[in-house]
Amino acid sequence: MSFEERLGSGEFLIPKCSQCERIVWPPSEYCSSCFGKVGLERLDFEARIVEFSRENDKYFCIVEIERSFKIIAKADRILLAGEIVSISKCGVRNGNYFFEIN
Amino acid sequence: MIRVGIAAYGIVPFSKEDKKIENLLMDSVAELFVKNPEIDKRDIDGVMVSTNSNSKYLGPIVAEMSGIQPKASVSIENLCSSGTNAIVSAYSYIASGLADMVLVTGAERFDSPGRVLDWDDSRGEFKQPVFWASLFTKSYKNQFSISEEDLAVVSVKNHKQAKNNPNALSGRIFSVKDVLSSKQVTEDLRLLDCSRLCTGSASVILASKDVMENFSTEPIWITGIGQKTTSAGFTKNNSFYSIKSAKDASNTALKMAKKDVTDIDAVELHDAFSVCEPMALESMGFSKNGKSIKLIKELHQTDNFKVNPRGGLMGAGHPLGATGIAQTIEIVQQLQERSGARQIDDVKAGLVHNMSAAATSSTVLVLEK
Ligand SMILES: [Zn+2]
Repeated sequence: MSFEERLGSGEFLIPKCSQCERIVWPPSEYCSSCFGKVGLERLDFEARIVEFSRENDKYFCIVEIERSFKIIAKADRILLAGEIVSISKCGVRNGNYFFEIN
Repeated sequence: MIRVGIAAYGIVPFSKEDKKIENLLMDSVAELFVKNPEIDKRDIDGVMVSTNSNSKYLGPIVAEMSGIQPKASVSIENLCSSGTNAIVSAYSYIASGLADMVLVTGAERFDSPGRVLDWDDSRGEFKQPVFWASLFTKSYKNQFSISEEDLAVVSVKNHKQAKNNPNALSGRIFSVKDVLSSKQVTEDLRLLDCSRLCTGSASVILASKDVMENFSTEPIWITGIGQKTTSAGFTKNNSFYSIKSAKDASNTALKMAKKDVTDIDAVELHDAFSVCEPMALESMGFSKNGKSIKLIKELHQTDNFKVNPRGGLMGAGHPLGATGIAQTIEIVQQLQERSGARQIDDVKAGLVHNMSAAATSSTVLVLEK
């Protein structure tokens, strides 16, 4: 299954190159470093807040995963830059990815 | 390499008009040819179209509608910096000898599909530009202890300058208080901190030195070009308070032109949002990091139009595919002393900075008399 299919079922797996073992982001069939085949790993990964802002009562933040790549996630509480968080919910809605942290 | 310059231009007022892209492109093409009757259409051997429109085969369509049978005709899309990318392509055709004279035309509709980069899934459900702009703004304010009031001056200045630009979308003047009381888009962004998408059209003709001598009495030369792509996705940026692509592109362009940043008398930079102006100024070396708000305030207080004389994207409006061409036309007019009430004194060299997709790529041009 692809990253997107896994994400669609609520699972955030880490795309890693089977050749050079680098994390590959955004998810792709090919490693952006060596063009090796990319597989998915179930990992207890670290997520850290880099920056955030707020729209009405909804916070949105840049989250760095495994000190490797960044995504924008939603939060419903006040955040701190540098704070370690976890992805509480993720998926695909109307063709768009979504990520939430707690 | 063959010397390449801008021989003529055409631009029409930006608006919210609902008009087919093919007809929009022709608005500024017709303006260009009517104002420059000395140009013989038979000499044009390239047509480059800049737009984010999904309409196909626009290069040949513009050629046919203009009665031109060029060697090459093609569309160029690179989101918000399509315009300068089309100019660089035309430059390359001429500098290499593949063409002698190229028409570059750019246009966009207010509802352009280029307003969101659908591919960038790393942004999750926050794909609209206001979200990356908010995160840049938050990061810049925190890094350099800059306030919302400080940043509001960018919008005030650029709207004031646009008031002197007959082609600008905005005809209004705003105070810092107006900006701060405009609609809160996010915690870090107000409505008047944002440029507005609009309908617009702008065209230029580039020509080789040999051809230029036949008809243009006041050619403006492209003496420097720099481009840099760091990524396509917003979250690949390493810094959210500086613009790596602008820094690299301007270094390359200034080096090619054998100029220092202090030699630049007029700048059109990509102020898609308030914070982009200080970030771009600092990244291109016009000011030390965190210090450009002071420069922007001084320019505003002394009515010095050096930065974004036509009102930038914020004041003039942002018809994506036409923006880079309109920025270039402004610097051409400044160098030719044809900017009327916006004229900056004694402009010898000018710079255009045009960028795309949350600062992930930039193109910089240096223009001289
Ligand atoms: Zn690899």
